[in-house]
Amino acid sequence: MSMGPASNLTPELAAMQVEIEAHALRYGLDFYPTIFELIDADELNAIAARGGFPTRYPHWRFGMEYEQLAKGYHYGLQKIYEMVINNNPCYAYLMRSNAAIDQKLVMAHVYGHCDFFKNNDWFAQTNRKMMDDMANHGTRIRRYMDLVGVEEVEDFIDACLSVEDLIDIYSPFIQRREKRADDRFGSEEPKEAERNRPPRYQSKDYMDSFVNPREVMLSKQFDGPDKSAARRIPERPERDVLLFVLEHAPLEPWQADVLSIIRDESYYFAPQAQTKIMNEGWASFWHSTIMINDAVTAVDVINYADHHSGTMASSPTQLNPYKVGIELFRDIEDRWNRGAFGREYDECDDVQQRRRWDTGAGLGRKKIFEVRRIHNDLTFIDEFLTLDFVRDHKLFRFGYNPGSEAYEIESREFPKVKQQLLQSLTNRGRPIITVVDGNYRNRGELYLRHDFSGVELLTDYAVDALRNLERLWTRPVHIETVLENARAVISFDGKHHEIEKGDPVDVPDLDAIT
Amino acid sequence: MDIERDQRRFKQIVRGRIRDNLRKYITHGEMIGRKGRDLVSIPVPQLDVPRFKFGKNGSGGVGQGDGEVGDALGKPGQGPDGAGGAGSDPGGGHYLEVEVSLDELAQMLGDELELPRIKPKGAASIEAEKTKYNSIRQTGPESLRHLRRTYLRALKRQISTGSYEIEDPRVIPVRPDKQYRSWNDVPQPQVNAAVIYMMDVSGSMTDEQKEIVRTEAFWIDAWLGKQYKGVEKRYIIHDAVAKEVDEQTFYHTRESGGTRISSAYKTAAEIIDASFPVADWNIYCFQFSDGDNWGDDNRKAFELLGEKLIPASNLFCYGQVESPYGSGDFIDALEKHFGENEKLVLSEIADKDAIYESIRKFLGKGK
Repeated sequence: MSMGPASNLTPELAAMQVEIEAHALRYGLDFYPTIFELIDADELNAIAARGGFPTRYPHWRFGMEYEQLAKGYHYGLQKIYEMVINNNPCYAYLMRSNAAIDQKLVMAHVYGHCDFFKNNDWFAQTNRKMMDDMANHGTRIRRYMDLVGVEEVEDFIDACLSVEDLIDIYSPFIQRREKRADDRFGSEEPKEAERNRPPRYQSKDYMDSFVNPREVMLSKQFDGPDKSAARRIPERPERDVLLFVLEHAPLEPWQADVLSIIRDESYYFAPQAQTKIMNEGWASFWHSTIMINDAVTAVDVINYADHHSGTMASSPTQLNPYKVGIELFRDIEDRWNRGAFGREYDECDDVQQRRRWDTGAGLGRKKIFEVRRIHNDLTFIDEFLTLDFVRDHKLFRFGYNPGSEAYEIESREFPKVKQQLLQSLTNRGRPIITVVDGNYRNRGELYLRHDFSGVELLTDYAVDALRNLERLWTRPVHIETVLENARAVISFDGKHHEIEKGDPVDVPDLDAIT
Repeated sequence: MDIERDQRRFKQIVRGRIRDNLRKYITHGEMIGRKGRDLVSIPVPQLDVPRFKFGKNGSGGVGQGDGEVGDALGKPGQGPDGAGGAGSDPGGGHYLEVEVSLDELAQMLGDELELPRIKPKGAASIEAEKTKYNSIRQTGPESLRHLRRTYLRALKRQISTGSYEIEDPRVIPVRPDKQYRSWNDVPQPQVNAAVIYMMDVSGSMTDEQKEIVRTEAFWIDAWLGKQYKGVEKRYIIHDAVAKEVDEQTFYHTRESGGTRISSAYKTAAEIIDASFPVADWNIYCFQFSDGDNWGDDNRKAFELLGEKLIPASNLFCYGQVESPYGSGDFIDALEKHFGENEKLVLSEIADKDAIYESIRKFLGKGK
């Protein structure tokens, strides 16, 4: 049994875990050992404020987060039910004040998440010892704070956070270029390129920066003349802006280390943002399956139903990932059970016939396990959101009407709803930005490009983010984007901002794409 | 769990923000309505890490529920986020409510305006200590023996040792049972500063002027409250006649009729005579008026001021607010009559933005 050493469950809860875990295993869920910790609301808020980790580097935003959570809890506005950490072993937290039935529900839900973390391919490259690494990051950053001062380090972290989104979420799976020593992804050691370097000692990941300090690794790296001077840098536009800055900006060793920490954490959290609907949907699917089929007793059924429906509540202006996720998984299971897929089904126009369709295929369970392995939210919605589903669940697209100063329902048409949803999931709902030139105007300036897809950047935020990027790059920085339907380049040279307007562009019409 | 550290750091940063914007907070009276007993709640713009993110025209999303195309949805601000919307939260300005103690706020004010610490006069600033019998000891004189507690302990001891007989309920305390009353020294803050506010409520003073007075008084109170353990406040309103009122009435009364400033001075002098012996009290007088006084009254007013109020006060501050009917010449007359008197501070307050300088002028003397 997976009772870890850190678990502090009461005997009742420990028995409950044994029971729920047995159910989960029986249904075919597959997870790392899972450790539940029983903690108070206050501790839970503190941990949640740090993104689920008890120990991280010090930063004011965790304090802000905590204040908000603590206040929200204090006033009875919000309460965190569950929190699971993608780690091996998996850590999950139970709030001491929750009723027994809630703890049961949370446990069942947690096993869903743990299975998802372990088996979804998008998580395959994430660091499974992140609990240790986060603590380690904390130690390193605290050390730098002792060295150069708290404010200096914190200001630098603030600057890094401004661009932490600018990573290449697909890079863990695609080798975009020759591996380099400081590219921390992928386990194979680079071969020939290593010859001229000082020897790299073997070490565990989390010890690497201590055993092979960057200062030493870099010291001999530039011994030879730089042969690549004439080359364009980067050769092709690169999405991993953080890596590019890390490799090419004149950073102090401690700054480089801080930036690499921020980047590591950004990559660690990325799959969670990519699979929000699926992850919550999957966990909800299993808590509901386990609870209803096995674990709920007559005494608790009302409370269970109450709390389950509370989690599933949907709102007109915010799609609930739990709700959409669970319903999609149920829909997929149902369709594959009935054999309602494939060409023959797709070509059938008769609504009644489609509803009654049943070939007795019985492939539902198998299919949803497959789906949870290979998809992320974007492909999940693209593949499985159907006209019938949108209609049955009353999904609609809304937008802001400046005339009435209110949000209004714009459309219930399937293609528009789907298009909107897909767009909001692309690149985790964030703009796609690439490094185009690291030696712009041959003056070592950094030139980024925002791949415009119909939605403009928030200008004042972009301006401030540029200011922070300039602090990392230490030379003028530019971003090419579209503002007010015209091509525009926003620049910051360390003192002044400049927005240079160019030619008008045709704004891609979202509806035209579909 | 070192979340406290992050929390502290966050608070520090927020304090920094408040300090940066203090001038705005001072000149716009929004603090007053937010004052609790010791805390003031201040709205501070949400701290945010700037990122490249989608703007307003991407703030649509997908929702779920009933409704026709064109139907309005909930109020903006609770807009889409996460999976729902591509955009940022369209509600825009989020504010954090930060609670700051009055003391801290006063300190910020002091730092911002570079106000000197006030040097109180007289022996009244010494804190008195008072003994209070509020605790219990195991030893003491028999005269202070606490009977009930002593017998209770004796009873407990007897019951637990089994020597208590219900048939023959005798309780006999022995030495270790005995409990004695004891005292602690409680520092008793001496109320040692008195502030007398005087305001002209004649027809020419409008609500806007009163708002200025109110804002200024808030900050004066905050600063003096920090400098002294306790501050006694009195309020006088006057037109042609003066009367003492409470704070509420002070700010909300509007009279018509003429103005006789001397009437207020007379009432103030009476209050000082009756309640605040000059030797023991640090007395502050703040007078606000639009400066219109009946001509023949000036002489009488100056006499009271020169002979009575100024000698009695640490500081006599006169603030002349500009009213829509123009500003009077009382301030000029004062200046001409008294010249450079280091206890007399004059300030002209043209509008809300002038409050800042006016406070600095009033409190910058360090008296």
